Amino acid sequence: MPPPIRLKDHEVDARLIRGRLLFGGLVIITLTMLLMSRMYYLQVVQFEQHSTLAENNRIHIQSLPPTRGTIYDRNGVVIADNRASFSLTLTRERAGDWETVLDSIIELFELDADSRVLFEKRIRQGRRPFEPVPVMFELTEEQIARIAVNQFRLPGVEVAASLVRYYPQKEHFAHSVGYVGRINEEELKKLDPVSYSGTHHIGKTGIERFYENELHGEVGYEEVETNARGRVLRVLKRVEPVSGQDIYLSLDIALQEAAEQALNGRRGAIVALDPDTGDVLAMVSQPSFDPNLFVTGISFKAYGALRDSLDQPLFNRVLRGLYPPGSTIKPMVAIAGLDSGVITPSTRVFDPGFYQLPNNQHRYRNWNRYGDGWVDLDLALSRSNDTYFYDLAHKLGIDRLHDYMERFGFGQRVSLDMFEETAGLMPSRDWKRNRYRQPWYPGETLILGIGQGYMQATPLQLAQATALMASKGKWIRPHLARSIGGLQPVDDNTPPDIVLRDHQAWDSVQLGMEHVLHGARGTARKVGDAAQYRIAGKSGTAQVVAIKQGERYDRNKIQERHRDHALFVAYAPAAKPKIAVAVMVENGESGSGVAAPVAKQVLDAWLLDKDGQLKSQYRSADNVLPAGDKR
Amino acid sequence: MTRGFDRALAEGDVLRRRASFLQRIHIDGWLLFLLLLLGAVGLFVLYSAGGKNQVLLVKQASSFGVGLLVMVVVAQFEPRFMASWSALMYLVGVALLVAVDVMGHNAMGATRWINIPGVVRFQPAELMKIFVPMTLAWYLARHNLPPTFKRIVISGLLIVVPFVLIARQPDLGTGLLVLVSGVFVLFLGGLRWRWILGAIAAVAPIAVGMWMFVMHQYQKQRVLTFLNPESDPLGSGWNIIQSKAAIGSGGVYGKGWLLGTQSHLDFLPESHTDFIIAVLGEEFGLVGICLLLLVYLLLIARAMVITLQAQTVFGKLLAGSITLTFFIYVFVNVGMVSGLLPVVGVPLPFISYGGTSLVTLLSGFGILMAIHTHRKWIAQS
Repeated sequence: MPPPIRLKDHEVDARLIRGRLLFGGLVIITLTMLLMSRMYYLQVVQFEQHSTLAENNRIHIQSLPPTRGTIYDRNGVVIADNRASFSLTLTRERAGDWETVLDSIIELFELDADSRVLFEKRIRQGRRPFEPVPVMFELTEEQIARIAVNQFRLPGVEVAASLVRYYPQKEHFAHSVGYVGRINEEELKKLDPVSYSGTHHIGKTGIERFYENELHGEVGYEEVETNARGRVLRVLKRVEPVSGQDIYLSLDIALQEAAEQALNGRRGAIVALDPDTGDVLAMVSQPSFDPNLFVTGISFKAYGALRDSLDQPLFNRVLRGLYPPGSTIKPMVAIAGLDSGVITPSTRVFDPGFYQLPNNQHRYRNWNRYGDGWVDLDLALSRSNDTYFYDLAHKLGIDRLHDYMERFGFGQRVSLDMFEETAGLMPSRDWKRNRYRQPWYPGETLILGIGQGYMQATPLQLAQATALMASKGKWIRPHLARSIGGLQPVDDNTPPDIVLRDHQAWDSVQLGMEHVLHGARGTARKVGDAAQYRIAGKSGTAQVVAIKQGERYDRNKIQERHRDHALFVAYAPAAKPKIAVAVMVENGESGSGVAAPVAKQVLDAWLLDKDGQLKSQYRSADNVLPAGDKR
Repeated sequence: MTRGFDRALAEGDVLRRRASFLQRIHIDGWLLFLLLLLGAVGLFVLYSAGGKNQVLLVKQASSFGVGLLVMVVVAQFEPRFMASWSALMYLVGVALLVAVDVMGHNAMGATRWINIPGVVRFQPAELMKIFVPMTLAWYLARHNLPPTFKRIVISGLLIVVPFVLIARQPDLGTGLLVLVSGVFVLFLGGLRWRWILGAIAAVAPIAVGMWMFVMHQYQKQRVLTFLNPESDPLGSGWNIIQSKAAIGSGGVYGKGWLLGTQSHLDFLPESHTDFIIAVLGEEFGLVGICLLLLVYLLLIARAMVITLQAQTVFGKLLAGSITLTFFIYVFVNVGMVSGLLPVVGVPLPFISYGGTSLVTLLSGFGILMAIHTHRKWIAQS
């Protein structure tokens, strides 16, 4: 017999639903009773307790801001510290009519209307009820005394001691360590309101910004009993804040100062790296500014002056300055040529003073208009021969050139912990199609071979590429922090090392770079002659304004600020590199004439002892250079 | 004598005509009265909670008006018509959720809105609060109750898909409400008790596992704060401490309208939205809160009567789910503010400031009215 077909039985369904619904009704009544008894508990049983808390606001929770971590240079010299400072705070709820109190403050210190606007903005930013908001910072003894005398007409006003950031080295590290500033409204929205409840400052740039979490520490709090006027009577409970972690930088203050002196007042940028460790030893962007100005709030006028200065002191040239790298990338182009097999060290090219693509009239000029004759790789590097590299770039093609340059870090952010760094630009076919909707033209590859055209690099990228030349392709991302709270920074995203098919290619190019300074026809041989040790380097020039076809660079016709930037990259000692530098002198014109001596001064400061001799730890048989020796 | 008799007749006539007018526009008088009462109470409390802000009041009142309009419109639809379109509406709703997920606009750090500038701006998640129970009711009502295992599994999927999409936004509060509204349909449809108990028993080990392997530190912190608000007096514990102080200090009769110190001194966070019951508790005391809860109970009671009198299985399931979910709103909000439940963003129905929740709630009641007023009577001999 087949099973009976079940018909839809509305009566059964309705009964089922009715049962369930009535059960739901019982649960609803039970839960409502639960809510009511909870309210009874709060409003009748605990009434006393809650009403004292609410009526008197007797008990306050005060947050205790943590002490921000100290920043040291690699030798333990303090770069960023906290010092006690007195500020005037206003508690809105205790001031009564706080705008009147504000007027009294303005009158008392004879301040202008601008300050009042600023103060009012700060007070309106106050977050929690009964939280004192700092209004004026860095009070002098006299100001504190005036407040004390006039306390009777300043309800809600107190003088609070707090720790504020101080940068004893002033402008030396403004572009690397950065500075802290008052938390603005935008940041306030993003911050964890709990851990910043007692903190008024936050890292704005540089290391202060990048390691904000580590430097900041953990907030503590105390429960205090206060009287009706808000005076603290006793502390009921206290949880100590945890100070932020200290950071030791890889920067060396002596080298930093030496590098700044080497620039001798000119505008420019210098980066010095340790190619073995990735430590940034010096990072100079000149002119600079005093970061202390920003800590307690810079005045509109002072900020305007900094911002509008023609010298752009606020501009971080090392990390944000984008320059065509010029001839400084020729060593890397040479590596690309050798490794992809389009040239060998002995490949020769005839240089009549220019290069022409087949079936094209355009002449791509060598910097030496008379030509260098037959040129091999070594001569091409030491003479910085453009024709050779036009030819090499043409043989490589844009795709291979782009790939190799990318492996050297161009067109990407290379640093581990530098907040402001920009990626620069390493053009490719895809990039040009997306950017201009145009195909790639062969001529553009040629000028890319000598570091001109679309390509843009930061001084940091140049230094890193040079460090890679020195370490034969070993990638370590440059970093400013050596240890954070005693721990080394971890880099879990190191780019892959550059491994060449033939390791000898490194030696050929390195030798060429040595001959820039120590070869008979080297472009920077004058600098090399004076050196106590062998240096490998490369000069370069970054055009500021384009020179038309057939026109010559005439310095007299060009305004000072439109003159070329001088570039020089170097590492030393050549056999066992301990330091790699990149130098950019703004409008310095000559890489070998202006930037190379600066680079040598930086190398000297790191490698020589006070007697002018190579430091013993860097000395080895193949490093020392007998006076007058030239190959 | 005759004159008086005439008058009495005339009065009765007027009453009958009024009732028939409401019936003609498919409105249930009891529900309408209670909803208007709640709306009025809401505006009254909001005036105090919002710091006597009249702009806020006008906005809320107009949202309530819009909500009533939507309710009346929804009440015109035949329940059968709703049932026949519910599956399509569900699919559209899920598609909108996916759209929000893919390219939605960023409001308040979470992606929840569909925004066609100048035309319309709404949260698809709100739609799902209606469409999920409607679709499930339609699905289960097509066959005999209780549902077979296969149907339960499919129903579960119908609930979980929108839940996951909404929770991803991330809006766990709304997601859970959608989940609950679907689960209630299953419950009313006769989901077996051993299944229900089994699910409850399974929650405990899953919770332990989540705690140990899945949850982030900050999520654990939130749970710990709920268990012991005093452990985090600067953060989320602050809200609970302050709202408990507000309610507790109200006592039996309250401090009086506009006289709550906690809310007026800005101690109470979110005082005009999620935590508004604390203002009520502070200013009107235990009496005020109990009266409000009583009004809610009356509303729920009327909704239950409508459910019981519904003629179709679809109508019963949908009306029942809307009723039970409505109570969950009240319970979760009041429980959260009084420290019984963790802090999740659920507004107090008809009292908290916010237009979106008003419109959604009122359209839910519009459905109840539609179910009640579109009944068919067969003449019995």
